[in-house]
Amino acid sequence: MGRTRTASAPALTPMELARWAWRQLTSMRTALILLFLLALAAVPGSIIPQQAISPSDVFAFRQANPDLSRWYDRLGLFHVYTSAWFGAVYVLLMLSLVGCIVPRLRHYWRGFRAEPPTAPRHLARLPAHHEWESDAPVEEVRGAAVRVLRSARFRLREYDDEAGRRVVAAERGRLREGGNLVFHLSVLVVLTGVAIGSLFGFTGGAYLVEGQGFSNSLTQYDEFKPGALFDTADLAPFTLTLEDFEASYQTQGDQRGAPRSFDAEVSYQAAPGAPTQQAGLQVNEPLEIDDTSIFLVGNGYAPEITVRDGSGRVVFSGPVPFLPQDSSMTSFGVVKVPDAQPTSLGFEGYFLPTAAITPERGPHSIFPEALDPAVVLTGYRGDLGMDDGRPQSVFVLDKEELTQLEADGEPFRLLLRPGQSRQLPGGLGSISFDGVSRATQLQISHTPGKGIALGGVLLGLAGLVTSLYIRPRRAWVRISGADGRTVVEAAGLDRVSGGDLDTALGRWVQQIRARTDEPAGQKELSS
Amino acid sequence: MTLTQWGELSNLAFASATVVYVLAFVAHTAEWAMARQVGSDAATQRQPELVGAAGAERSDALATPRLDRAAATRDEQVVDRWDLFGRIGLSLTVLAFGIHLVGVLARGLAAERVPWGNMFEFNTTGALTVAGAYLVAARIFRLRWIGLLVTGFVSVVLAISMLVPAMYVAPGPLVPALHSYWLVIHVAAAAISGGAFAVGAATSVLFLIRQRAEARGRVSGVWTRMPGTAYLDRVAFRVHAFAFPLWTFAVLVAGPIWAQYAWGRYWGWDPKEIWAFITFVVYAAYLHARATAGWQGRRAAYLALAAFATFLFNYVGINLFASGLHSYAGV
Repeated sequence: MGRTRTASAPALTPMELARWAWRQLTSMRTALILLFLLALAAVPGSIIPQQAISPSDVFAFRQANPDLSRWYDRLGLFHVYTSAWFGAVYVLLMLSLVGCIVPRLRHYWRGFRAEPPTAPRHLARLPAHHEWESDAPVEEVRGAAVRVLRSARFRLREYDDEAGRRVVAAERGRLREGGNLVFHLSVLVVLTGVAIGSLFGFTGGAYLVEGQGFSNSLTQYDEFKPGALFDTADLAPFTLTLEDFEASYQTQGDQRGAPRSFDAEVSYQAAPGAPTQQAGLQVNEPLEIDDTSIFLVGNGYAPEITVRDGSGRVVFSGPVPFLPQDSSMTSFGVVKVPDAQPTSLGFEGYFLPTAAITPERGPHSIFPEALDPAVVLTGYRGDLGMDDGRPQSVFVLDKEELTQLEADGEPFRLLLRPGQSRQLPGGLGSISFDGVSRATQLQISHTPGKGIALGGVLLGLAGLVTSLYIRPRRAWVRISGADGRTVVEAAGLDRVSGGDLDTALGRWVQQIRARTDEPAGQKELSS
Repeated sequence: MTLTQWGELSNLAFASATVVYVLAFVAHTAEWAMARQVGSDAATQRQPELVGAAGAERSDALATPRLDRAAATRDEQVVDRWDLFGRIGLSLTVLAFGIHLVGVLARGLAAERVPWGNMFEFNTTGALTVAGAYLVAARIFRLRWIGLLVTGFVSVVLAISMLVPAMYVAPGPLVPALHSYWLVIHVAAAAISGGAFAVGAATSVLFLIRQRAEARGRVSGVWTRMPGTAYLDRVAFRVHAFAFPLWTFAVLVAGPIWAQYAWGRYWGWDPKEIWAFITFVVYAAYLHARATAGWQGRRAAYLALAAFATFLFNYVGINLFASGLHSYAGV
């Protein structure tokens, strides 16, 4: 470019510039550079927490590094895979790919129908070459060459050249380029499948306690991430109930506490009025209802709590889902009692399946199974903020209008074992811990286009293997007869490196000679 | 045998295999030391042809001028010893591989499942596929020359797995997330392609060593027996051409299908997925450069090594330092 900008050289017209840019973009070198850029661009997402994958890590990171986070936000580093620059790299790569394969497709189509090319004048100059004389007539050698090359899966063309010699031209390996093109096209197929899934699909989560039901509508989800073009009217109208959940854990050895099995039992109706069916739900074994998949992705505990207010009236009773915080299932949760009199009550704290209290760690769980359960709570009174219509998480207490309960000038804390009950300070009532239910974290998602994506990848793999293992090869056998002698020349040419052409050609020559050099008597027998 | 006994047998086999791999490594070190001795003094400058043919046509040596004969005889002895050490190294590697295989099988019997549930088991199985891929390559491509690199690598991996306390995990059942036959398919494909990638990388290293020797005009003595750069370049390509489709299958077919069943999405940019993708892209760039852009030799070799580095980082770095859905490292 630099040189063409001198005064004597004419400036590029926009058309020429566009053509130049297109040629650059679709060049092999650019494709390589873009591939590297894509690899490089994918790296930050493995180092920096991603909003779409672990929002809580992103939150923690923001708290710890507020200044850095501002820069990360500007660069889109918390959502690398949906950022403009990541998109730019792969869109450019796709353009480069399309620009590369469209001309090749045209070329391939023409080449596909073309006959094997005529023999070069000097066969001896090719990388592999044999020449011999035969007693057999031209026609017989020709027949043998055709049979041998055909059984080696060559396409053949025969003609007589200008010197009157008989030529068998052979070519094979067209599929290599075909496989290569299929591989490139498959990338587009995969992207189409992925795009359909992210536009028309959805993913949601629901936390379900044993005995609790779920009907597939927006309000029942704890979290819901729809694709840009997803219509909530398309939600499949099923309902399901978590009947039972069992978990088992390693009880001894190095891996004590490691989960060993999770089994959920659900009953469901595919649509209102449809028959109720039972199904087991396990990790790796999702339930499919109407193209919607229900996955068991986590589990937890829901302590059963009863709260009575100052007048002795039961104002809250039932299981409350708590969220596990560690591998021993120390779980955090809140209890909201808006109906208590004289003021609403709120509690927050931990459920400990196997409780232990140490000075360093305070109350925590030492084993994930509910062997010695306890709840440790602190209480609040005041306005829970549930009446102003703002959506609230069931796992967070809005403490803005709340006052912590105190006893003897200290924050009021209580530790309850199953069956125990405790009076609240100031005659506000009592709270009791009645028992433990299990809860499951379900992921419910609909991913259209996954078949297209899978088909695309398989197609690409087939194309890849074809393009790596098929070897385009050309061979010629030229036969001339003079003075009762037949002179035969055979030569081969590999169009990609790495093949053992010499051995292959030697074998074919041997086979041709075996068919033609035999004594007459044996020939009769073998034909 | 009881489960505990299988576990003990497995550990014993891993420990013994490590020792035998180290012995193989020592033998290969001696092999390379011999290779450096031959043709080192001025009198043997003309030895390449002679020594190169020594094994097969020893009678030719008698035809050489009297002056060179003493040196030639000495070199011949060195070549014999070089070959002996090489053979010892290869034989020991075969033995170690056998013991190693027993270790992996016993581990599976001790845990009553495929032994691919935590990083200790990935290490021992991965080292096995590296050694296995090497033995296959040594047979098909006459690649005994990479024995030094491979036995060194495998010894180190096994030793770390056995000796670093945080790395060792006693045999036990699987976490529920791994209860799937896709575990077998996904991990087997990844492990086999990993073994082949390691052999491809070792071949690329050998290529670079050989090329440097050629550039410095130091290809004499035993070095003449080393396959030429063109051959090594071709072998490296063929090994990668075998490993790459398998890797593609492991991380872009088997992985996503399993992820769809286990986590409800087939691709989610988990750290392991990201780096598997990066490895895929860099190896794709290698094959692309090698097959169509005409990058052969040195640049292609460096590219292959860069790709192997991303593979290793995905295994070691991501398992140990990143938290994600693939955190079964057990360390």
